[in-house]
Amino acid sequence: MEPVATPFFFYGLAGLAIVSALLVITLKNPVHSAISLIVTLLSLAGLYLMLYAPFVAGVQIILYVGGIMVLFLFVIMLVNVERAGHEERYSRQWPAGLLASAVLGALFIFVYVKGSSIFPQQAALLPESSNTQQIGLALYRSYMLPFEIASLLLLVAIVGAVVMAKKRI
Amino acid sequence: MGEITILHYLVVAAALFAIGVVGVLTRRNVIIVLMSIELILNAVNLNLVAFSRLYGLHGQVFSIFVITDAAAEAAVGLGILIAFFRNKETVNADEIDLLKF
Repeated sequence: MEPVATPFFFYGLAGLAIVSALLVITLKNPVHSAISLIVTLLSLAGLYLMLYAPFVAGVQIILYVGGIMVLFLFVIMLVNVERAGHEERYSRQWPAGLLASAVLGALFIFVYVKGSSIFPQQAALLPESSNTQQIGLALYRSYMLPFEIASLLLLVAIVGAVVMAKKRI
Repeated sequence: MGEITILHYLVVAAALFAIGVVGVLTRRNVIIVLMSIELILNAVNLNLVAFSRLYGLHGQVFSIFVITDAAAEAAVGLGILIAFFRNKETVNADEIDLLKF
């Protein structure tokens, strides 16, 4: 199915993602930052849908918004942040950091604009009705070993998180 | 407003990456530093999915692996943060200096 009104949705979602990403790094209260990060993640899921990737969009919503952000909010709840209200938000080296990342972003955009002619003009054929099926086949055929390594990584992360957060082992 | 090309998505991803780097380098609260790392990983994901529009499905599979890594990183990072908070009662990055001498 061809997407409708692509520029409207693209600029809306991209603007929402960038504005709420800016709010993540500028707001004082970590809970408000977490909520802006959720808005960023949801608008990125919308952008994935526009790029014919419905499975990645679903995984983004379920795993990021439903899993990782809940983890963040729980930790914000556990860690006492009352003191953070009247403290300095930014560390002392903030001008240097801002300058470095502005240069980095300008470099990215320069390279993309200069090198955009090497991209193929024809988009690949990605039928979204069989997208999930095709990703499943790719995961269990060509990407079998990385898939298993990812499960091992998650096991190590579970054990590591429990060992870190436990008072007495 | 012309047609939306892959380049538009790449520019959005570059902006998100730069915002994430600003957050990592300038904020003092470690929780927000971890959130900025999530922003960076999401910018990379957007790049991968945008390129999968041109080159086929591999980018989407890779973005799923990146999401898995982000989950593992968040769990371990927040575990370290809780362990640290229990010892030093702070979440500020510049007060985490136990290894300094």
